[in-house]
Amino acid sequence: METEQASHDAALIEGLRAGEEAAFAELMRLYGAGMLRVAQMYVPSRAIAEDVVQEAWLGVLKGIARFEGRSSLKTWLFRIVANTAKTRGVREARSIPFSSLGGGGADEPAVDPDRFLGDGERYPGHWAVPPQSWAPEGRLLAREAMDVIEREIDRLPPAQRAVITMRDVQGFSSEEVCNALDLTETNQRVLLHRARAKVRNALEEYMR
Amino acid sequence: MRLARELACNEVVELVTAYLEDALPAEDRERFEEHLVFCDGCDRYLEQMRATISATRNVPVGELPPELEERLLEAFRDWRPA
Repeated sequence: METEQASHDAALIEGLRAGEEAAFAELMRLYGAGMLRVAQMYVPSRAIAEDVVQEAWLGVLKGIARFEGRSSLKTWLFRIVANTAKTRGVREARSIPFSSLGGGGADEPAVDPDRFLGDGERYPGHWAVPPQSWAPEGRLLAREAMDVIEREIDRLPPAQRAVITMRDVQGFSSEEVCNALDLTETNQRVLLHRARAKVRNALEEYMR
Repeated sequence: MRLARELACNEVVELVTAYLEDALPAEDRERFEEHLVFCDGCDRYLEQMRATISATRNVPVGELPPELEERLLEAFRDWRPA
């Protein structure tokens, strides 16, 4: 798997260096939308995020000749986007602390607190309204379920959206996401957990 | 993270991602798994998070807006490979 990825990377890098449009198209198909989502983590508007992607792309072209493959192509690519976006975010006077990236803690529980027994009960914190069965789970494969997930991901705060996109849609490892976005393991996990919990909640609604 | 006592369900649901990422210390992992043995609600929650993750894998990665991709392509064409 690692070597397959590495040789695919190598072919893509060769293609980009040679100016082949097929390599460009492949790169955009794989990572274009993800790049935009990462940019949106750090800047206040979609329009600025699009500018960031363009600026980052010029950086990629400038750097591709010297890219040595110490990290994977995608990690390198997303790092450039994240760094470009951070610089631009500072210029836009919007340097964002992690807490306001939607990473918070107790203020944003995975499950509605009303679904657990209260402090006055015999078993506080235990389920009052436990999750119901999703049988038959085949419904999760329907086009409609995909739409529910996409819609929920679109509604997430930008940092949660970027992390769940990279981890669960694109299949990055946690290490790759932490490297690309300069997040600690813990922060990455909090963002991912919030995002997954909200997508589960949306599916629960749909599966009812 | 260190969990001193028996877990309540509202704590278990917050640990699911850490559990799936294998990021819980051995002792906490044990407590988490013990809880699942007697708690159908949390067991189901964990299974639904797993199902959510695999369903999310099937979501298309999406595309750049065409006019932005066009801008990037132009930059690529203007760029002279060294």
